[in-house]
Amino acid sequence: MELVPYLILGLLEGLVTAAVLSLMALGLSLVFGVMRVVNVAHGEFFMVGAVLAWQIASLFEGHPAWGFLAALLVAPPLTACVAVTANQLVLKRIEYDPERTIVATIGLLYIIQQFTLMTYGPDARPVEAPFNQRLSIPLFEWTERGLSLYWPWGLGTTTYKLAVIMAAVMLLTGIWMLMTRTRFGLLMRATQLDRETAQAFGIPVGRVYGAVFGLGAALAALAGVLIVPIQQAHYLMGHDPLLLSFIVVIIGGLGSLPGTVVAALLIGISDGMISVFFSPTLAKIIATLGVAFVLIFMPQGLFGKRGL
Amino acid sequence: MSEIRKSWGLHIGVVTLLLALNFILPDYHHGNLARVMVLACYAMGYNMLFGYTGLLSLGHALFFAAGMYGMSLTVQHLGWSAGPAIIVGLASGLAMSLVVGILSLRTAGVAFMIVTLMFAQAGYLAALYFGEYTRGDEGFVIQKAARQIGGIDLSDPMNRYLAALVLFAVCLFITLRVVQTGFGRVLVAIRENEERTRMLGYDVHLHKLLAILLSGTMSAAAGAGYGLLFGYAGATFASVQYSIFPLLWVLLGGAGTVLGPFVGTLFMFYLIDLSSDISTAYMLIAGLTLVLLTLFAPQGLVGELRRRTLRWLP
Repeated sequence: MELVPYLILGLLEGLVTAAVLSLMALGLSLVFGVMRVVNVAHGEFFMVGAVLAWQIASLFEGHPAWGFLAALLVAPPLTACVAVTANQLVLKRIEYDPERTIVATIGLLYIIQQFTLMTYGPDARPVEAPFNQRLSIPLFEWTERGLSLYWPWGLGTTTYKLAVIMAAVMLLTGIWMLMTRTRFGLLMRATQLDRETAQAFGIPVGRVYGAVFGLGAALAALAGVLIVPIQQAHYLMGHDPLLLSFIVVIIGGLGSLPGTVVAALLIGISDGMISVFFSPTLAKIIATLGVAFVLIFMPQGLFGKRGL
Repeated sequence: MSEIRKSWGLHIGVVTLLLALNFILPDYHHGNLARVMVLACYAMGYNMLFGYTGLLSLGHALFFAAGMYGMSLTVQHLGWSAGPAIIVGLASGLAMSLVVGILSLRTAGVAFMIVTLMFAQAGYLAALYFGEYTRGDEGFVIQKAARQIGGIDLSDPMNRYLAALVLFAVCLFITLRVVQTGFGRVLVAIRENEERTRMLGYDVHLHKLLAILLSGTMSAAAGAGYGLLFGYAGATFASVQYSIFPLLWVLLGGAGTVLGPFVGTLFMFYLIDLSSDISTAYMLIAGLTLVLLTLFAPQGLVGELRRRTLRWLP
């Protein structure tokens, strides 16, 4: 096989990764931007979303689309409830002190992860996609008879993967609308800019914090639900996406929505491309070192205005 | 009795007690305590940076693993004897902390944590990537024949305990000495108020770098010791979990106290040991402990003791 089909395959896989990653990283970025909390447990909300999706989908019989739809509607709000509870019980009481919240969210990470291990068990379980037709992608080729189409072997994608990309685009637009066009978005942006002044103007900062933490967790859970038909639900699945979303948030600049999306595309596609040509481990080594150096030499990220 | 003499008395007393325990403990706890002492050295190394200098690193597993692999790979693949191999382990820990220190000290606060986390993650992935030599997660066993220093067989339980005690005592007394000197006081000053320390004319950056070097090398010593005494090296010791453990131990025992890391390690070890009889999800205990600690006892066990009664505790 020649180079072009490989590149297209890498690009498509990369776009799916980027779609899921941008949702998850946006949640992380919102929580950091508004609350100044580095939420190490963010990956676990992703995992909880995926595991809940399996639990909910397994309740339904008949066509897999019903189970999946129910999961899509129920799992993110449930995960948000978990997050809001954690916010009330722990983060609020330590007054969002930066270092103590990191320690507390590490604790939260282990609690959620091990609780899932105790209840859901160590197995990886799949959720059936609502629709999953294979699509083959044709390429153009010059032959003696002029331009013609041909179908390279193995080059293709599924309708579900395309739907994931579409869903992410719609959700991101929705969040952007929420941030810029609604009253809640205004309160959120005011709190992000200056917490004290926002409070002085009568904004219920405490409730905004709770809502943002819940929204961040719901976004991660949505990403989890969307990925679970492609990748199985497992109690340790939150680890790699967490690291990747940290990378995305840092490169994109914290609290910047366009930056996050561009960085997710950059990381997702380059991850897909590098994985096609090199070993995935080497790709991850390059990515993690890249992030470390971005933070060291460009602490404000590629698009952001503020440092950590 | 002056405070300095009192604290030396206390710490020499602890080491003597541990020596006496060598002869009375039953086999199971004897082995456990040897393990705890080596891990406590790791915690003490971490405490030097986190507890005294106030720099929260999330990547100390890199230094622990540097010591462990520096030692074990030279034994395994170059056929070196244990003595020189330990030196290689310490040197790789020192070199690693120098590189990480120079780079990561350009950042502060949350960025420092993430940069150290990323470096450690890269180290862990590198250990997996070079699986041909390190055998990745599976790890490799260091042969009994190689685990000897000067004819003393370190795989024998009695020798192993004493070797662990020697390593522990060295790290404990180095820490105690450092916090009594001017250097240690500058580190505490940096933790309390960096700007003011700088204004008083101290080279803050240099002191932080030296603290990382000391901390990283001590962690590497613990890593090399662990590999040698328990005869195993694996990539698990380079994973994020092993960067979190020393933070947990130090927080539990009391950050910025000399004995805290040991107390925390001992407490946590037995907590997990007892709870793993009940459930396989023993990390749940670790998570709960972390959350409860940040909520109710941010000073840790020895820290609380110091706050309430023994104000002279170093």
